[in-house]
Amino acid sequence: MQDSPISRGFRGRRPPARNDRVPPGQHLTEDFPVLSAGPTPAAKLGSWSFALQDGGSLLAKWSWQEFEALPQTEVTVDIHCVTTWSKLDTHWRGVTIDTLFEAAGLDEPPEAFAMIHCDGGYTTNVPVEDLIDGKAMIATHYEGKPLAPEHGGPARLLVPHLYFWKSAKWARRLRFLEADEPGFWESLGYHIYGDPWREQRYAGD
Amino acid sequence: MPETDERGGGGPRLLWRTAQVREAIDETPRVRSLVLDVPGWTPHRPGQHVDVRLTAEDGYQAQRSYSIASPPEARHLVITVERIDDGEVSPYLASEARAGDRFEIRGPIGGYFVWTEALGGPLFLIAGGSGIAPLMAMLRHRAARASKVPALLLNSARSVEDIIYREELERLASRDDGLEVVHTLTRRRPAGWTGGTRRIDRDMLAELGIPATERPRVYICGPTPLVEEAAKSLVALGHDASLIKTERFGPTGATHGS
Ligand SMILES: Cc1cc2nc3c(=O)[nH]c(=O)nc-3n(C[C@H](O)[C@H](O)[C@H](O)COP(=O)(O)OP(=O)(O)OC[C@H]3O[C@@H](n4cnc5c(N)ncnc54)[C@H](O)[C@@H]3O)c2cc1C
Repeated sequence: MQDSPISRGFRGRRPPARNDRVPPGQHLTEDFPVLSAGPTPAAKLGSWSFALQDGGSLLAKWSWQEFEALPQTEVTVDIHCVTTWSKLDTHWRGVTIDTLFEAAGLDEPPEAFAMIHCDGGYTTNVPVEDLIDGKAMIATHYEGKPLAPEHGGPARLLVPHLYFWKSAKWARRLRFLEADEPGFWESLGYHIYGDPWREQRYAGD
Repeated sequence: MPETDERGGGGPRLLWRTAQVREAIDETPRVRSLVLDVPGWTPHRPGQHVDVRLTAEDGYQAQRSYSIASPPEARHLVITVERIDDGEVSPYLASEARAGDRFEIRGPIGGYFVWTEALGGPLFLIAGGSGIAPLMAMLRHRAARASKVPALLLNSARSVEDIIYREELERLASRDDGLEVVHTLTRRRPAGWTGGTRRIDRDMLAELGIPATERPRVYICGPTPLVEEAAKSLVALGHDASLIKTERFGPTGATHGS
């Protein structure tokens, strides 16, 4: 690592001892900042569905009512945004990807990679092994309340061990892929995988 | 699908580079621009941002994102920072930093919230507070290229004194090259004020904005409530969501003024 120049007169507000739950280059926030590339899509629960797809073929699809009737899981997790804020102990409720796969009758995920497709045309890529074994869910509730549209409601992916852009808002479809492909932000210079503990913010990190 | 006409993933690693402050320019009582020398800088596109990293004497570091306010045509990189009083990084950049001081920057970052002359127009820019910074890079680029693309900047500020780049905007708008600048003042207005007199809302966008039928490229930047309201209103007014690009600076910001 190169030596960083001292910024004369800068004194950090926080003690240098790091909280071991805060990855490098991150700082804690109490707030919940919003970041998205375009307008917040209007949620219409009547026409909402979530689908699992393998290549071109549909494996399963749930209406909002059916989705809400699936076994629900609650988690308390830390989240880390690439713009350097982290937030500890956030509470979410939703349906784990394991539950979705089970409900779709999948014993084994058919492929090793997945693309999440969202309203507004956004996509994000995640290896399937980062979605299973309780690591990810399609979240519909935040802090006990239905997820607000600007935070991705009615439903977003929650994959908290990766930078938060991977927790794609307004998720509608999970498509299995044979090989990894960059999603929306990943093709605009952000890291293909996005591990906050390895500070994988941008391509090449 | 939003357009992703920009360069693909991959590419070389973005390195931290040492930036040295050349000049600090007070834009308003709470906002300062820093003109930076950055040896080895890769040219940016208007709308992109950098990550800034400050290092204290004890090695403590803090990192935040700032939009590039200068156009690619300019010799020096400029960032424009609003002081958040209880903030960690912005008070340093907006009050303490002076010519000769050094910190690290990395970038340019972000390939989506970008406008270049080649994309054409009309160009409809909506700003709140320091959210004007990346939009100013677009207007400066437009001027540097002598572009005649019709452009409108709708800028929300608290008062006349809080308008960032006010004189430069007046100069740009007086060039008679198809740029119009409209300010709306949310808190205090001088006597005889003829601009907007409230926060940006749907009626204001309908009345003053570029109509949806002209299919403008829209860039909205500022605190989250302003961005949400403007983007939602424009979609309701018939604008194509895929032509609306947003950048949100702040926290959820119910208390944030502009
Ligand atoms: C892509 C991007 C581009 C940005 N470009 C610019 C820019 O050009 N100019 C600029 O001034 N800022 C810009 N920002 C915001 C900037 O990154 C910092 O968040 C901001 O300067 C506050 O940092 P801080 O360390 O002073 O405050 P922090 O220590 O991070 O926060 C202190 C307190 O202030 C609140 N707070 C944080 N940000 C804001 C805000 N914007 N308004 C009101 N309250 C706030 C926090 O919730 C917290 O309570 C940009 C952010 C992003 C994500």
